[in-house]
Order: sequence, then C-alpha cells, then structure tokens
Amino acid sequence: MAGGPGWFWKGFVMIPVAFDYVRPSTVEDAVAAVAAGGDEAKILAGGQSLLPVLRLRLAAPALLVDLGGVGSLRGARFDSGALVIGAMTTHAEVASSALVRAEAPLVATAAAHVGDRQVRHLGTLGGSLAHADPAGDLPAVAVALDADMVLAGPSGRRTVAARDFFTDIFTTALGPAEVLVEVRFPRMSGWTGGYEKFHRTLQAWALVGVAAAVRKENGSIAEARVAFTNMGPTPVRASSVEAALVGAADLGAVKAAAAHAGEGTSPPTDISGSAEYRRHLAGVLTARAVASAAGF
Amino acid sequence: MARVSVTVDGTRYVDEVEPRTLLVHYLRDQIGKVGTVVGCDTGNCGACTVLMSGPDHVARSVKSCSVLAIQADGCAVTTVEGLADSDGTLHPVQRAFHEQHALQCGFCTPGMIMATVDLLRENPHPTEAEIREGISGNLCRCTGYQNIVRAVQQAANGGAAPSAAHSAPVESASAESASVESAARPVAHSPAVTS
Repeated sequence: MAGGPGWFWKGFVMIPVAFDYVRPSTVEDAVAAVAAGGDEAKILAGGQSLLPVLRLRLAAPALLVDLGGVGSLRGARFDSGALVIGAMTTHAEVASSALVRAEAPLVATAAAHVGDRQVRHLGTLGGSLAHADPAGDLPAVAVALDADMVLAGPSGRRTVAARDFFTDIFTTALGPAEVLVEVRFPRMSGWTGGYEKFHRTLQAWALVGVAAAVRKENGSIAEARVAFTNMGPTPVRASSVEAALVGAADLGAVKAAAAHAGEGTSPPTDISGSAEYRRHLAGVLTARAVASAAGF
Repeated sequence: MARVSVTVDGTRYVDEVEPRTLLVHYLRDQIGKVGTVVGCDTGNCGACTVLMSGPDHVARSVKSCSVLAIQADGCAVTTVEGLADSDGTLHPVQRAFHEQHALQCGFCTPGMIMATVDLLRENPHPTEAEIREGISGNLCRCTGYQNIVRAVQQAANGGAAPSAAHSAPVESASAESASVESAARPVAHSPAVTS
C-alpha cells in the first residue's frame, strides 16, 4: 500500500460529492451562511450521522456550514429555571456534565448510551435532535422531558416545543434558514431517569428505546414521563403508561403499567424486527427503564 | 481547496485539501501515516481510530473516516505511529497488546490500541465490563476479544499480566518483546511539511 492514494483503493473509495465549506464563528454568521446556501446548504455539527450520509451519497449538498467554530453553542448552564444545553455540546460532554447529571439525569444517561466512545466524542446533542433519526436516542428524551428547542433564523429566535419539533422521519420544524442553537430542559429537581434500549450490538441503533423519568413521593411514583425511540416516525409520548404509573410502588405495578406501552404507537416492520416484536420490546424496556429510574 | 494546519504525531503540517477530504485519507495518502487503516468505510468498525484534540485541548478518540480533514484544522492528532518513543520503545498499551498476543489478523489493532489509550485516559482502572463497553466502537472480525481485553487489563495494571486463571496466553512472550519493537516503529515516511 506504499503508493499513496494507490491502485488498490481506486474505484472503491467512498468520498462525498465535492462541496464548499465555511466555518463561521458566530450564530449570526452561521444563519447568514445557511440562508445564502438555500436548499443546497447542509449544517455540519459533529458529523457522526452526516459524514456517513455524505459518503454514501444519500445527500449531496453544495455547501457545508460547520458549526464547530461557534464556541457559544457548547456547554450547559442555568437560565430562568431551565437547564440550557448548547446544540454543539458533545454527547460525552453532556454525559459527564455535573450540572446535567444533577438537574436532568435522564439526559446524561441517554447521552452515555449514544453510539460508542468515538461517536460520543464528536456527536452533538443538537446534531442528533436536528437529524431526527427515529432510532436516535435523544429525541425521545427531549419529548419525554418537554424540552424546548431554540431555533435561530434570519428574523431572530423562536422556541418550538419538542413534541412539535419532530414532524416526520428525519424531518423537523426547522425552517430552511434556521439553526438549532440550544435545548432548554425544564428544571426537574427530585426526578430520576432511566434509558433502556435494545440493540444487536453495543454500537448499533436502537430497535426500540425507552426514556423514562419519575418523581416519587413516600415510596411510590407521583409523576412519570415516558417516551419511545423507534416506535414510529417520530418519538412517541406514552401517555397511557404515564397515567398508569401514578401510585406504582413496586416492580409488579410498574410491569402492569408497562403493559400499555404499545398503545398509540406505529412501529416499523423491518429486517431487524416486526411491529409486533417492537411492541413487545417496548413493554419490557418500559418496565426496566421505569424500575431503574424509580429504584424498584 | 482549503488550507488545513494540523499537528500529527508531534509534527506540524500545513496543506491544501479539498473540503470533502476525510481525515483518514489525508493521514494515509497525503502525509503517509499508513499505520492508520481504513476498515469498514462506514464509521462502524473503528479501525481508523486516532486521537484528536478538542477545543479544551484534550485528545479524544475519533473515527478518522467520519471526520473531515478540515475539521482537524488547528487540532493535534495522534496516530498509532506516534505512540512509541523515538528510540522505538513501545507505548505500554502497544507492549501489552504484543505480550498478550491481542491480535489475530492485526487489522483492527491500530484502532484497538488508540481506543484503549483513550479509555485508560479517562478510566485508568476499568473493570472488564467497562473495558468491553469502552472498546465497543471497535470491531475485531477475528473475534479475538479475549486477549484484547487481557491486554487492556495489563496496560491498566502498569504492565503486569492480568491474573485471569483460565487459559492465560503465551506468558513467555514478554521476554521476546524487545526483539520485535521495530515492528511498531513509525514507518519510514518522512513527514513532508509543505510550508
């Protein structure tokens, strides 16, 4: 292989279609670049989903706007009672942030479940949410916790609730010239969280994932939030499970509530499993995620 | 074309690259760091793992097939070729992989070693479960994970072989390690700094 690009790789190399590249250092410049690029522009966050997509030539943008130079989009802070996480904060940073672990433990736990170490070092919270992969781990967390997405566009910023943000498979409420800049999680002191997913290998996408957060009073569940990954084109909030969990004080009660898990879902049937199988998994994983969150 | 300025294994390079150039292709084809290999080409196997510094200057493992060379602008990158001392003395993780015979075909080894260096940076004394989770981004298609896990344990133990009782691998190998160090020395690609 000593011949540089070499005879061996010729014809086999998977490289993206050529594109222009800009690396703005402010949100305003990023929005301007995305607006100027129009339909031909793609936003690069950590690249852990986008780079494989580009290499497979499933997308062929003429312009990549790299948010890696926008330092203000990294990190977590408090603001008006909310835990605010910058869109370019990596999964590894989210998972290890003392602030996130204390105030939104479900977010930290789920971030630690994304991909593998290498992916978590570059992949970002905002990138994951904006990519809106039905099998991605974090959209369900945002929906379970009633997070708000803050979008920056040419005419300023607007906030979209997580439940309205995910509109279809790989599709969000982001406008053509908008950039997801931060995610606001309501401060939930006293809540605990659990995230469970079933996948064939540690780094594989979730066949099904369950994000659960609970608040207990006197040993039983007083409030619960549950949402599913990959049980439909967008994250599914499990309202009937949440209602059934109120008052649960042991694993048996949690399992009984988890039996509602398939309701209102439209999971895909694909090479990894049927819709029926996924409904079964959702029940099992719901019980595990809630039990882990509640300490049952 | 775009200009990229990057420090690789301690040497600074400034080059013109196409924005679509992947870091692994830049490392291999443009500056000759062929110790870093391309495995699956899809971000799954981790064979191309290198360390790349972030905004906080901490070097973390990344899959260089899923990073654009231009994203490494201003960063420090360490490949498997940058681990050994200049006199050829192996890095403790390299030595552990050799002594525990933590490879079969060897293709995953550069990535496994870099993933291990990264894991031990954050968790110097991982449990076996933490090791297996920590290297889950790296696939060994020979399925030779047992010895890889032992090598990580040995490296975490400061070079002492793990005490696993069952079917311990070639313990005599340690005596031979000095004679094979040249195998892991940086290969003779003199860095060509273009400016």
